[in-house]
Amino acid sequence: MNASKMTAGAMLQAGRWRWWEVVLWAVALASPWALSSHSLIINEIAILALFALSLDLILGYSGIVSLGHAAFFGMGAYSAALFSKLVMPDPLVGLAVGIAFATVLGAVCSVTILRGTDLTRLMVTLGVGLILMELANKLDWLTGGADGLQGVVMGPLLGRFEFDLQGQTAAWYSLTVLLLLFILAKRFVNSPFGSTLKAIRDNRLRAMAIGIPVSQRLAVVYTVAAGAAGAAGALLAQTTGFASLDLFEFHRSADVMLVLVIGGTGWLYGGVAGALVFKVMQDTISAITPQYWTFWIGLFLVVLVLVGRERLVRPWTWFGRKASKTEGGQA
Amino acid sequence: MSTETSTVLAAQGLVMKFGGITATNNVTLNLHKGARHALIGPNGAGKTTLINLLTGVLQPTSGKIVLEGQDITDLAPHQRVRRGMVRTFQINQLFDTLTPLETLAMVVSQHRGLGGKWWQSLGARSNVVERCEQLLEQFHLTSVMGQETRVMAYGKRRLLEIAIALACEPRVLLLDEPVAGVPAGEREELLQTVAALPADVSILLIEHDMDLVFSFAKRMTVLVNGTVLTEGDPEQIANDPQVKAVYLGHEAPQAGTGGQHG
Repeated sequence: MNASKMTAGAMLQAGRWRWWEVVLWAVALASPWALSSHSLIINEIAILALFALSLDLILGYSGIVSLGHAAFFGMGAYSAALFSKLVMPDPLVGLAVGIAFATVLGAVCSVTILRGTDLTRLMVTLGVGLILMELANKLDWLTGGADGLQGVVMGPLLGRFEFDLQGQTAAWYSLTVLLLLFILAKRFVNSPFGSTLKAIRDNRLRAMAIGIPVSQRLAVVYTVAAGAAGAAGALLAQTTGFASLDLFEFHRSADVMLVLVIGGTGWLYGGVAGALVFKVMQDTISAITPQYWTFWIGLFLVVLVLVGRERLVRPWTWFGRKASKTEGGQA
Repeated sequence: MSTETSTVLAAQGLVMKFGGITATNNVTLNLHKGARHALIGPNGAGKTTLINLLTGVLQPTSGKIVLEGQDITDLAPHQRVRRGMVRTFQINQLFDTLTPLETLAMVVSQHRGLGGKWWQSLGARSNVVERCEQLLEQFHLTSVMGQETRVMAYGKRRLLEIAIALACEPRVLLLDEPVAGVPAGEREELLQTVAALPADVSILLIEHDMDLVFSFAKRMTVLVNGTVLTEGDPEQIANDPQVKAVYLGHEAPQAGTGGQHG
């Protein structure tokens, strides 16, 4: 036998939690308390991370490109906001409603991404996003149209924790939902189901030839990702008490793609890392130069892509000989 | 006939027309249990079309395909795979970012009906892991089981190509030019592995390499211009004047004139 120390069984347990992950999440959950004055941005980062995580399920793990992921984000946001305004203000029920509506929308839209090439998929997803935005605009008796949906009042979380102006409760709420969905996503991508998705991404022809029902698998993951995006949208609407057409905008779909480009695709922490970098950069740079922050984020992206993420985060490899490659991120 | 009972795969009168062109013309082919059957023929004879018909990528214009007594003519490719009709590819079709171990675990799980499970880990079932270990051993892939497939040597990739198919627990295995492009140093390992494939699996070998064909096949079918020219055991085929004529380029002049350069 060869010298490899790990057995086959151990190598297949890629979904185990490592110590640094536990530390990371502990730090994240402590942050609204330790950095209470930054609770609002922590909340935004958690929501963006969840949104990026949902896109990674289809883009990174299944190879489905989408420029219309905001459709599900907006759907989750509007349905959660409307539910709290018209039916009841409980946030958790509203979150479930937001997820449910986005999931149904995802299931319906999944038929549009099964055929065609990447380019047709980009166009179709983009089109769906535009259609929904226009619907939200036209149905102004329900959605408030271009003025946005105002007067969304949230009840206390679990009937006990009021949403405070500082945003601490909101940050904890979003972080907890992010963590729960992250745990589910981690199981999902490291399961037999997840491995068939990676197989479809890598080689659709062979995936079919070994008997994987490709269309069905893609429809399921698209629907699941839509539900997770809906959760992110619902969190945003609930924690800001507001939903506007901006939620459906193209730039939101593009931003979340940028977040994944920054953090890396096909790696669950890519969305989290990307969201953190993106939001902190946006916040810092726009504080210095409110009008031109997009210039700097553009420059950052160009450098990131040209230099490569691996090398950018390992400055010690910039000089001297090529250092030995450390292990890539497998979540 | 007594052999009828042990027929695993029967293709009966298959016809495939693309517009005005008849790519497959009334092809009938029977594979017995444990068959070692070779399909040969010059370029453009319709071998690829026949594979696509058998695996369900193409629907025949007429004719039917029976696998273990069941008509599978109308089944989709993935349904045929589930019933045991599995192929390999002439050009490797692998999963580049997965390791051989992950690849096989995925295929074995999928094949044991676990492909829809999302809450347990890929390595959670010990019987799946054991099957993977067997396959890795059988295909000489244990030493590279943790490497990403895209960085593996070509010969190892070729072995994985066949290992994936065998992980699907085939009744009928269609091997499409298994040794194509394999460098001499890695060839022997591959040939031995092909020779040692399980005896109860019926194999249809599509191959240009005549050394392999004659050492492997117990029975051969010669396909020319979409039609079965002849069928017989290797000795008969080797001495058949018609077959010799085809391979020397006297028959079918329109196919032979320009096609022998590459």
